[in-house]
Amino acid sequence: MSKDDQILEEFTSKEYEHGWNIDMEADQAPKGLSEDIVRFISAKKEEPEWLLDWRLKAYKKWTQMEEPDWANVKFPKINYQDIIYYSAPKQKVKPKSLDEVDPEMLETFKKLGISLEEQKRLTGVAVDAVFDSVSVATTFKDKLAELGIIFCSFSEAVQDHPELVKKYIGSVVPVNDNYFAALNSAVFSDGSFCYIPKGVRCPMELSTYFRINAANTGQFERTLIVAEEGSYVSYLEGCTAPQRDENQLHAAVVEIYAQADAEVKYSTVQNWYPGDENGKGGIYNFVTKRGICAGDRSKISWTQVETGSAVTWKYPSCILKGDHSQGEFYSVAVTNKMQQADTGTKMIHIGKNTKSRIVSKGVSAGKSQNSYRGQVKVMKRAENARNFSQCDSLLMGNLCGAHTFPYIDIENSSAQVEHEATTSKIGEDQIFYCTQRGIDEESAIALIVNGYCKEVLNQLPMEFAVEAQKLLALTLEGSVG
Amino acid sequence: MLKIEDLHASIEDKEILKGINLEVKPGEVHAIMGPNGSGKSTLASVLAGREDYEVTKGKVTYKEQDLLDLAPEERAREGIFLAFQYPVEIPGVSTTNFLKTAINQIREHRGLEPFDAVSFLKEMKEKMKLVDIDQSLLSRALNEGFSGGEKKRNEVFQMAMLEPTLSILDETDSGLDIDALRIVADGVNKLKTKDNATIVVTHYQRLLEYIVPDYVHVLYNGRIVKSGTKELALELEEKGYDWIKEKTIA
Repeated sequence: MSKDDQILEEFTSKEYEHGWNIDMEADQAPKGLSEDIVRFISAKKEEPEWLLDWRLKAYKKWTQMEEPDWANVKFPKINYQDIIYYSAPKQKVKPKSLDEVDPEMLETFKKLGISLEEQKRLTGVAVDAVFDSVSVATTFKDKLAELGIIFCSFSEAVQDHPELVKKYIGSVVPVNDNYFAALNSAVFSDGSFCYIPKGVRCPMELSTYFRINAANTGQFERTLIVAEEGSYVSYLEGCTAPQRDENQLHAAVVEIYAQADAEVKYSTVQNWYPGDENGKGGIYNFVTKRGICAGDRSKISWTQVETGSAVTWKYPSCILKGDHSQGEFYSVAVTNKMQQADTGTKMIHIGKNTKSRIVSKGVSAGKSQNSYRGQVKVMKRAENARNFSQCDSLLMGNLCGAHTFPYIDIENSSAQVEHEATTSKIGEDQIFYCTQRGIDEESAIALIVNGYCKEVLNQLPMEFAVEAQKLLALTLEGSVG
Repeated sequence: MLKIEDLHASIEDKEILKGINLEVKPGEVHAIMGPNGSGKSTLASVLAGREDYEVTKGKVTYKEQDLLDLAPEERAREGIFLAFQYPVEIPGVSTTNFLKTAINQIREHRGLEPFDAVSFLKEMKEKMKLVDIDQSLLSRALNEGFSGGEKKRNEVFQMAMLEPTLSILDETDSGLDIDALRIVADGVNKLKTKDNATIVVTHYQRLLEYIVPDYVHVLYNGRIVKSGTKELALELEEKGYDWIKEKTIA
């Protein structure tokens, strides 16, 4: 198309702004992204006008932004016009029993120690009446509802609690925050919404019992967690089971809003398909996660175990606005084969006596590249801010890389900031010590790596931690020799 | 139980062992003594299967098997235990967790069911008493921040738990004060049966006052140059290693 034609088309499509001609009955949008596509998505989801406007604003910002290139990752240029941005959730044909499920998948479940019932849920096997997961979930939903806790899909929240969504959406991650967040804001498909009312302590790990719901991610997922004054919630997202997806680009947004004295613990395990030996076909995971400790004495804690994806770009952050508020970031990032991860956190100290703690454990194997990128910022009025950062890298073999990029930015002289970093290799003598006791080499490495990551794994809810340990071993399988 | 015939081994093309011959029978305690650099630790490492060493010649038969054919973990599962001269630190892994992994892999190899938590703890408690080791040490990360004595005591505790057929103690006495030495030796003695054997590698005669050997071998320049009974150790202590050196040259 010549330049003139382009201008002409832009002009004409503008003129037909509201007369777009996408088939509303279609199950999926045509390829590419335009204002019309954004309208199509919003209309499909029967969203209120304000949300459409919000999406359009994000779209407009996105068109004015450039894809960031500062991360220590390399991947072929993404053609954003070659992506389908909306496709109706398909009713998949459910397998009748586990016999019909991919045996490789079942083998992995077994190695992870996932129970049979859970396996059925994860693979979507139709379950019998006794163990009907839907009814189990409903029982818990009733219990949560009694306490006034809202836990539902983002779309449901838009329909049932528009005032809450309107108040908080984009309040932590503004639409123009970054390229991928803007993209997500324009076209997000669905996600989770969680609201804990004042003074309520959520009695269960949210999403342990709803794992299958929470794992229903889609390409542009959006999560919003709001914790009112004095409330507490431990929220779990993701899944240890390997997840394959035909969508290569994933750009999720997670926002957490904590009022005074509230505490939110967010844990996630990410195990997207990392691609083959050559890195082909793996998922790009470009996520924006941020929480704000808006009220005094509030606390947000991120724990992540990152083992999947071909390329990871992810920096769960805390804005410590309230006085005496606290932010924590515990991370294990494992890369193997051709995987690339650039991950870390930002701790922005605004309030007085704010505290943050960063513990990052990177494990690189194969030909992978693993970078920690973290920022600690202490603003002018943040008297007595404290930060402790520890970034450890563990290397396996000679072909991988570990990198650390700490940024420290202090505007208040009363701040105390500590940064510790170590790089080590799994020693031959450590492995020999294990094998001499009868432990085979693979198990020895799993043992050593789990020991190295212990401080982070300890932060995970119990049953998740057990699976995560096994997951680390699985991810590193075959990385020695 | 163990038969070493004309064993030669090198590291980075430097020959360290130059033809070792040794036979160990069940119930025996053999001491291998020698000056620094004579190849004592190399012999211990080669028997345990450390990959840094290349066996260039010779044969080692253990329980009617070619030992050199087995991977280190297979040797361990067949009952060979090496008490390390320098026990290795493994951060974040407790001795308990480490031993549980090891024991269950050994049990699997022997066709036994893995230990459940209760029987494992019971086993631990018994063995803790035997070598006089404190529970708190076992829940700490393996060897991390342990004193020299704690490390060696931990090695003997592991030995007690794994119940080896052939134990090789590599300079277990180094870095120990007399009290620690006594406790460690005491543990080793208690573990002795008529069916298992021990090879004690040491520089000094001191340890042999507590672990009394049936045979003493003097290793010098990669060969066993003299063998005898426990009296040989005393003679060595008295005359020093120069005596052996002079004798071999002459």
